[in-house]
Amino acid sequence: MSDATDTPAPQGKDPDELPEVEDSDIERAAQETPRGLPLRVQGLEKRFGGITAVDGVSFEVEEGSLTGLIGPNGAGKSTTFNCITGVHDADGGAVLFQGEDITGLKPYEIANRGLVRTFQIARELEEMTVLENLMLAPRGQRGEKLVNAVTPGLRDDVVAQETDLREEVWETLEFFEIDHLAEEYAGNLSGGQRKLLELARALMVDPEMLLLDEPFAGVNPSLEEKLLDRVHDLREQGYTFLLVEHDMDLIMENCERVIVMHQGKLLAEGEPEDIKNNEQVIEAYLGEDV
Amino acid sequence: MSVAQRAWGAVPDSVKESDTQLIAGVLVFTYLLYVLAQTFLAVTNNAAILPAVANSLQNLTFLIAVYAIMALALNLHWGYTGLFNIGIAGFMAVGVYSMSILAAPTTGSPPGLGLPIPVAIVGAVAITAIVGGLAALPALQLDADYLAIVTVGFSEIIRLVLNASYFAGTVQDPEASGYNVVDIFGIQFGTGGGQGINTPTSSPADFLYSTTSLGDLLYGPSGDPNALGSAVYAAAESVGVNSSVVDGATYSFFLLVVVVTLYYVLLVRIGNSPFGRVLKAIREDELVAQSLGKDTRWFKVKVFMVGCALMGLGGILWQGSFGFVNPNTFRPIVTFYIFTALIVGGAGSNTGSVIGGAVFAAFLFEGPRQLARIVEALVTSAFGSLPSPTTFYAAVVSLNPLAWLGYTIDNVSTLKFVFLGAVLVYLMQNRSDGLLGHRKEIASSVDLSDRTTRNRESAAADGGESDE
Repeated sequence: MSDATDTPAPQGKDPDELPEVEDSDIERAAQETPRGLPLRVQGLEKRFGGITAVDGVSFEVEEGSLTGLIGPNGAGKSTTFNCITGVHDADGGAVLFQGEDITGLKPYEIANRGLVRTFQIARELEEMTVLENLMLAPRGQRGEKLVNAVTPGLRDDVVAQETDLREEVWETLEFFEIDHLAEEYAGNLSGGQRKLLELARALMVDPEMLLLDEPFAGVNPSLEEKLLDRVHDLREQGYTFLLVEHDMDLIMENCERVIVMHQGKLLAEGEPEDIKNNEQVIEAYLGEDV
Repeated sequence: MSVAQRAWGAVPDSVKESDTQLIAGVLVFTYLLYVLAQTFLAVTNNAAILPAVANSLQNLTFLIAVYAIMALALNLHWGYTGLFNIGIAGFMAVGVYSMSILAAPTTGSPPGLGLPIPVAIVGAVAITAIVGGLAALPALQLDADYLAIVTVGFSEIIRLVLNASYFAGTVQDPEASGYNVVDIFGIQFGTGGGQGINTPTSSPADFLYSTTSLGDLLYGPSGDPNALGSAVYAAAESVGVNSSVVDGATYSFFLLVVVVTLYYVLLVRIGNSPFGRVLKAIREDELVAQSLGKDTRWFKVKVFMVGCALMGLGGILWQGSFGFVNPNTFRPIVTFYIFTALIVGGAGSNTGSVIGGAVFAAFLFEGPRQLARIVEALVTSAFGSLPSPTTFYAAVVSLNPLAWLGYTIDNVSTLKFVFLGAVLVYLMQNRSDGLLGHRKEIASSVDLSDRTTRNRESAAADGGESDE
């Protein structure tokens, strides 16, 4: 299993453990969150034993934007991601998605609200084919109810829905140019193809917003280009992206807004040009990651 | 394996691709082999051929059917969802005992609830599902290895509770010191303890051959043949086959043709659906399934309950068909037999489960005994009767190869375990997918590849990319 599930995390959300953000703050934030702000993170905290991995991080992501979250190793980017998506329970702070408080919700509840993530190390479902991987993702499949799947009369509806989904899946595969791999086991794909598959699969959930955790790590340059093109295409279609990335240049070239984390804290936030010239950011990177 | 591979290569592709033809082919091959073997044995023993063959085949059919049923049920847990349930014997025990207690007469020893048999069966399946669900709630939060420990512990607890004298129901005088009838809100029953408990019928075929009234159907037939029964028994008698073989053959045939088919169809429908797709995703990576919006815990509880219900029903049809069970029937070895059947057939494949059940029953479970009989017959006809030393030491120091062989044949039922172990080690190292585990059984109710607008040219052009 992943490090995510092995970590001893406090069960549930205890109101007493939210020192910095009062409930009324969350409510006010919810009311104030304009439609243009799908994701709003407030004073997020996460501790592992004595280590504070995320220390009061607050930021916002604008609708339809491509926002980058960068920082040197151990800055707390992935932990922030895991707290937003419910893989970890945050020790403090709040996450608001489209004005609703999603702090402490389970990963599947968050995904069902339209906030879908991918993983740093591509987690394809190895012994399922590419087609099965994509067919898994869509929400509201009637056949996920056991009764509908086995009862003769009800199964007809399932078949009809699956026939429609199949078409959608093939279109998505063509969009990502991996349709030639459709019947391949996902485990047989190359690293870059897996990243494409993961993004395609996340897209099949029909999300409002996508959180991509290092989507370009271990991807060869030609596939990286392809993946970037797809991300830009999707952004033009109105999807919102939050991108965790290690590679500063890549973020600077592609994102319109950049959030920098360092040692669990928010270091800077702004346009790529400002971030490039921010002395604290330069120091953080030069100090740790030459 | 080269011989086996060559044999497999000789099988026409059309048979390999069609599941029903593949299963039928394996069964026909197995039966032919058994007919030949039993004919040979009957001839060498100067016995009548037809009754010997009929008796052997009905026994074989029963074993094939029950192992196929159980392997199919386990495939839902382990093959599909990756739930490592090694408490199968316990869930079978829950099914069989629930049915027996529900159906036992209220005045019996131990007393039961006196319900009609069909009601008892349905009730027992429901109880097994609920017990499975209760076991699942704490256990499914655990990772695979811990689930295995919990389920095997659970299975043993059930067996030991059934074995305990406290709930046996055998001492029915409330004043007596050993009073052990379970009394819940005035409903009294007992498990029979170590003595075991009677199941409603020792000959399920009587439901067909001696039912004359609705009462017979509900509370068990009398055993006196009805018109159909008399006709069938007489026909069988005329060729030397006695009525118990007819009963056995009828029930075995029912299990194989009706029950296995129903299980198979149900499990294929479960597997080839969006529900089955989520199960597969849970097996592969549960966090991914969650991140795609699937409430995996609920799926796991559901599938655990359904699988347990199928195991309970399998137990009823198998162990519940002999007229009597005791707790020792449900030792963990039963669980491991079923796992072996599924591993041989190929976890994850329903067709593989059926074939695994057949191959396990015919060649691993029954095979060694039959082979020993054939070898004994051959050697006896060549060298006269074999010596049969009583101990391993006596066999070895006799320095007589015939004594070694005789000792081996006498102990073949024990050596079977060594053989099973060797087969498992070989399979794990050389063919961990089993016979059919490598097959793509796509989890969808529609053919996903079937798409008219699909561009085959681009597949050819970019085909090499998958190798990078």
